[in-house]
Amino acid sequence: MKDINIEDQFQAKIDAEIKIEPKDWMPDEYRKTLIRQISQHAHSEIVGMLPEGNWITRAPTLRRKAALLAKIQDEAGHGLYLYSAAETLGVARIDMLNDLHSGKAKYSSIFNYPTLTWADMGTIGWLVDGAAIMNQIPLCRCSYGPYSRAMIRVCKEESFHQRQGYEILLTMMKGTDAQKRMVQDALNRWWWPAISMFGPNDAESPHSKQSMAWKIKRFSNDDLRQKFIDVTAEQAKILGVTIPDPELKWNEERGHYDFGQINWDEFWEVVKGNGPCNRERLEARRQAWEEGAWVREAATVYAEKKARKNQEAA
Amino acid sequence: MKDWPLWEVFIRSKQGLNHIHAGSLHAADAEMAIENARDVYTRRNEGISIWVVESKHVKASNPEDQGALFDPADNKIYRHPTFYVLPDELKHM
Repeated sequence: MKDINIEDQFQAKIDAEIKIEPKDWMPDEYRKTLIRQISQHAHSEIVGMLPEGNWITRAPTLRRKAALLAKIQDEAGHGLYLYSAAETLGVARIDMLNDLHSGKAKYSSIFNYPTLTWADMGTIGWLVDGAAIMNQIPLCRCSYGPYSRAMIRVCKEESFHQRQGYEILLTMMKGTDAQKRMVQDALNRWWWPAISMFGPNDAESPHSKQSMAWKIKRFSNDDLRQKFIDVTAEQAKILGVTIPDPELKWNEERGHYDFGQINWDEFWEVVKGNGPCNRERLEARRQAWEEGAWVREAATVYAEKKARKNQEAA
Repeated sequence: MKDWPLWEVFIRSKQGLNHIHAGSLHAADAEMAIENARDVYTRRNEGISIWVVESKHVKASNPEDQGALFDPADNKIYRHPTFYVLPDELKHM
């Protein structure tokens, strides 16, 4: 009897917008979905540092370099908030890291594309952070308390990321023809991967319905993508660049932009591990983990030694 | 290798306010936990003081006991000032 009711009670809490906290009862599938989503999100923040890290030493001015460093440091922080949130669901940090390093866990495919020019730093801030913010704002109201709290912190910090990116592009668009071409080239390469960040079309997204019912997710992939395109198309005009989609056109009747078909074959290839940088990214993460092993060990031994000394002194 | 333990982080945002739970992190010892908490939770002047406590030392009440624990306060409306009926002309009380 109790078992039948407990799931209904859980759903009633969700429907009443009461947050679920770590020690509360929850369906196994809710827990599993959250562990998967939050850990993937954390991995994305951590792997997301790599494409930008590529440009720290080559930032054009000290101002740009300080901002880029601060942005990347924020991403490390966001990864850590999210790993902690996932841990409240009973998964160990080390298991999540092992799953990332073995290739079992996924992270956002956008980070498997290379950053070829400085304009890519601007474009990532504008489009990639822009899409991430669009995705993350509804997650601030996610039904799981620790995830929601982490997302509130992330969103507060992330608004500067998009602005710094757009400012980089604005500055370049006031520059030489070569700089303008560089911006357009970066947009041409990042546009389609960026709008793919919202995930497969709703019809191909089997978990979406349950996630919406559990209020983990608040808007569908296609709704968020449309919202992003509507906003971004206007921002492109201000910048004076052309979005590389011949079918992109304002539709008066719908009150939205129409746009072309995403190449889903490419999307799934990258998800499967065959994007331009998948191997490089994972290799960089593994290498960082392995080369940091002696630091982790030394800190553990030092902490034990200090604890022993304190005990002897007491 | 042993995993670094988990620590709960509490931040006082300014003088005169309580330390409030900010989140958690892993660190080898308390000193490192404070240093990491500085970098993870106070990158934008969010704090002037940090407490850390190893998560295993936190004992939490059980959500299933919520009723038994907190119900007794439900029917004690005389603990609130509005319970007492006083004349309107009485000011500042």
